[in-house]
Amino acid sequence: MSTAALGQPNPVAIGFFLLFIALTMGVTYWAARRTKSTHDFYAAGGGITAVQNGFALAGDYMSAASFLGIAGMVALKGFDGLMYAIGFLVGWPVVMFLVAEPLRNLGRYTFTDVVAFRLRQVPVRIAAACGGLAVVAFYLIAQMVGAGNLIQLMFGLPYEWAVLIVGCVMLAYVLFGGMLATTWVQIIKAVLLLGGATALAALVLARFAFNPLALFDAAAVRYGAASLGPGSLVANPWDAVSLGLALMFGTAGLPHILMRFYTVPDAKAARQSVFYATGLIGYFYLVTFILGFGAAVIVGRDAILAIDKGGNMAAPLLAAAVGGTGFLGFIAAVAFATILAVVAGLTLSGAASLSHDLWVHVVRGGQAEAAEQLGVARVATVLLGVVAIALGIVFKGQNVAFMVGLAFAIAASANLTALVLSVFWRGFTTAGAVASMGAGTLASLVLIALSPTVLVDILHHEAAWFPLKNPALVALPLSFVTGVVVSWLWPEPAAQEGFAALERRSLLGPEA
Amino acid sequence: MSPPDDRSEPAKLDPALTALAARRMRVGLGLTALVVAAYFGFVLLVAFAPASVGALAAPGLSWAILLGAALIVLSWLLTGAYARWANDSYDAEVTRLRGERGAP
Repeated sequence: MSTAALGQPNPVAIGFFLLFIALTMGVTYWAARRTKSTHDFYAAGGGITAVQNGFALAGDYMSAASFLGIAGMVALKGFDGLMYAIGFLVGWPVVMFLVAEPLRNLGRYTFTDVVAFRLRQVPVRIAAACGGLAVVAFYLIAQMVGAGNLIQLMFGLPYEWAVLIVGCVMLAYVLFGGMLATTWVQIIKAVLLLGGATALAALVLARFAFNPLALFDAAAVRYGAASLGPGSLVANPWDAVSLGLALMFGTAGLPHILMRFYTVPDAKAARQSVFYATGLIGYFYLVTFILGFGAAVIVGRDAILAIDKGGNMAAPLLAAAVGGTGFLGFIAAVAFATILAVVAGLTLSGAASLSHDLWVHVVRGGQAEAAEQLGVARVATVLLGVVAIALGIVFKGQNVAFMVGLAFAIAASANLTALVLSVFWRGFTTAGAVASMGAGTLASLVLIALSPTVLVDILHHEAAWFPLKNPALVALPLSFVTGVVVSWLWPEPAAQEGFAALERRSLLGPEA
Repeated sequence: MSPPDDRSEPAKLDPALTALAARRMRVGLGLTALVVAAYFGFVLLVAFAPASVGALAAPGLSWAILLGAALIVLSWLLTGAYARWANDSYDAEVTRLRGERGAP
């Protein structure tokens, strides 16, 4: 077993990683020469094709949590880990059916454009930007801390250095290459990740006559048939339901995913890209079934736990076991690239929120020179990059696993609720939107602070005030009801009259 | 409060657009309801009947894994079905309505 290869500077890993950096920096240089306007910076000039955007959406979505986290959970807990894989995928049909077209037709750069379309700009922009930035911040912290830990484990690089490298390389992509460079980084990363996971799965299945059932059976023989069914996840069944709700409706509220719909030329390309992305992500999660059980059988749970209690090293260990140190190096480089790309996408969407929503529409009342907008967007990017690096270092050694769940809960109960009500319900008002987003964000934050994840797991209290690990089961209905009730109590005639224009443009597109 | 700024916009949609909006809403919400029902049906089975979904459908294959994989494939097929519907029937209607209202 080549577990000793982990945590050592691995020449193959460093070689592949430098190759990836060289390639993506070349792309960034090319993109920088084409990034002149705000439309280029935020939306790649709207010239990304449906297939390209499909890969880029997949790249934005498949984080290190997907690859390393789910493989590790399946390896250690069997079927329970698959619940996450399934939950992460079923959000995509919701993106397709409810948000892709209206978003493309109504907005320019951010999902806030759509929420604020017929409502009063300043209050709605501020509330929606807060929801969007909260999601970006929690997601970013989870990614940065994950990056530091993983890179330390795989490359033997000190944690702070890893965080710093991720932060600086990501800044170079976004700052100079804008959305065009970020899109191509996502595409390259998605191809590498899908290729690497496929190769790894093929090497595993080769030992089981290419029959996944033989692999699952081997896992059942070694760890008991129970590992193929629900386990400790169902200690509190409502936990599973609440998590499911957050994952299902959170995807359609993630600002960095929603922003990608502005990079394609029209609504048709937007929906085609969701179809491609869902196929790629679905395929990837089906492959993680094989990687997880493969690691459990070939590497063994004890060996995985010995390296990292969270199980995050299951896939790299599996790579070392079936493909040797060279293949481990390749997989490690892919994981690094995965984190880098997701962080870049998050930073760009955060920068758009700060500059386009808050600076241009709140501070400047919607009137700002193009050069000023672009300048502010770049300043915001640097700011977010510095904040990301700082947060990554501040949260060193902290258990931040709950932050992804929190990001999804806020995305579902603040962003998606407001988005859907604004696009589909005539009676929705400015006050309703602000109250709904405020209630959703606040409820998510408070309930997660009172949850067992924070009180018991992190602060080591005996019991938690709120029984569920994910707040979505309460926060999502609460934000919906708040939005509806406030809109009913204080109707806004101007918002109702604006609905016809919204619906017309949502259906026919900005051209009509 | 400033007066509503809708000098050129009609206060109501014309009937053809209203019909199109209703059709899109029906298809969008209907398919969403289908995915929600399928997924939460699965989550509730896992949560409240773990023993039955943990049973084996074949050697090495539990019902839980089989249904989970089927759910992933179903989600993808439904996005495909929606894209197909929208590209064929819905877009044709959008193009026709846009044409009726003159080139942009």
